[in-house]
Amino acid sequence: MKYQTEFRDPQLAQLQLAAIRKAVAGQTRRLTLMEVCGTHTMAISQHGLRSLLPETIRLISGPGCPVCVTPVGYIDHAIALARRPRTLVATFGDMLRVPGSSTNLLHEQARGAQVRIVYSPLDAVRLAEQQPQTDVVFLGVGFETTAPTVAGAILDAAAKSLANFFVLGAHKTMPAPMAALLDDPELEVDGYLCPAHVSAIIGADAYRPLVERYRTPCVITGFEPLDVLQGVLMLARQLVAGEAKVEIQYRRVVKPGGNGKARDILQRVFEPCNARWRGIGDIPASGLQLRAAYARFDATVQLPVAIEPTREPAGCLCGEILKGKIRPGDCPLFRTVCSPENPVGACMVSSEGTCAATYKYDAA
Amino acid sequence: MCLGVPMQVMSIDDQVALCEIDGVQREASLMMLDDVAIGDYVLIHAGFAIEKIDDGEAELTLQALRDALDQGLDVE
Repeated sequence: MKYQTEFRDPQLAQLQLAAIRKAVAGQTRRLTLMEVCGTHTMAISQHGLRSLLPETIRLISGPGCPVCVTPVGYIDHAIALARRPRTLVATFGDMLRVPGSSTNLLHEQARGAQVRIVYSPLDAVRLAEQQPQTDVVFLGVGFETTAPTVAGAILDAAAKSLANFFVLGAHKTMPAPMAALLDDPELEVDGYLCPAHVSAIIGADAYRPLVERYRTPCVITGFEPLDVLQGVLMLARQLVAGEAKVEIQYRRVVKPGGNGKARDILQRVFEPCNARWRGIGDIPASGLQLRAAYARFDATVQLPVAIEPTREPAGCLCGEILKGKIRPGDCPLFRTVCSPENPVGACMVSSEGTCAATYKYDAA
Repeated sequence: MCLGVPMQVMSIDDQVALCEIDGVQREASLMMLDDVAIGDYVLIHAGFAIEKIDDGEAELTLQALRDALDQGLDVE
């Protein structure tokens, strides 16, 4: 496939690895690089990149999987809505098996709730058009890549004057959690592999305040193996030279200013709000909520439901994993009671969760 | 979740493009982009084209690596 196959060339990957080894030759200091995107987590595990890098370069995963950083209370809210009469919950597929406090959406579907997987938020708008007697609730989860698509769907529903389309929102934004992690004295992050498609929207300039304040290099990196290796090389070169700047590796898509039109759509519908991140806690202005003008699409306001008290899964260390403090193998539940077939925490559910990617691709 | 698929624009009807990759076709909204032409490659996420793919930049990234390979630089 164009723009994918050619960025997986093994011979060019060997060349990149040689350049990385040369860049860190003679360095005794260990460099810890964090990726903040679930698609990077997948790519690194799928292509076995961790094992190919020099021992002095450590790759860790951060809070880059939107499903994983969504608090249990949100899942409970979605489940309460799914149990509501004449209500259909439409969602991306990876939300279905995320454990709530006592059940998940897949179990509720088996019990008769209307839960539908959609590919696009626009598909949920279409369902609302086709079923005027049903309240259709789309689960709005995701970062700046996804949030404009949900905003676009709301504008579409508004243009069609639909009174039965709603969004249960839990959108989150970058780079606020990246700063929160750098404020954590227990955590060591030397450089960030910044998310590719989030950055297509927010642009490279969005990371400049972070780099200026913390002097932590940021490289916006694509998702193919050659992209990831080049991103690692660019970070290694900056760190060895004592530099800290924002660079774009993924130049074929990301621009310094991002996609202004997508941001306009996003900002027309949403405004910043405080948000709770699983594992990290509350971060000011790191989430998105619907503006007052679009409150008629807000499921929280329009469709009040009783939500069960939140119960976190016992023994699950997802929170520590999302901060990059431990690897999945350090959790006593990993591969024992927690597996993709029977997930205890969100990091094992989503295919791009750190635990699921490690379980599927890395050696036991 | 932020997965994006590079697809080629086959036809455009108002704000909706019919896109194709490896024989698979899919409609995508062009709400977030200006000046998309038939034949362009765009990145599709959740039913929307979120950015155009700059073929010149893609080729530059690869060509720099291929040149280094041809010259035998840095290869162990």
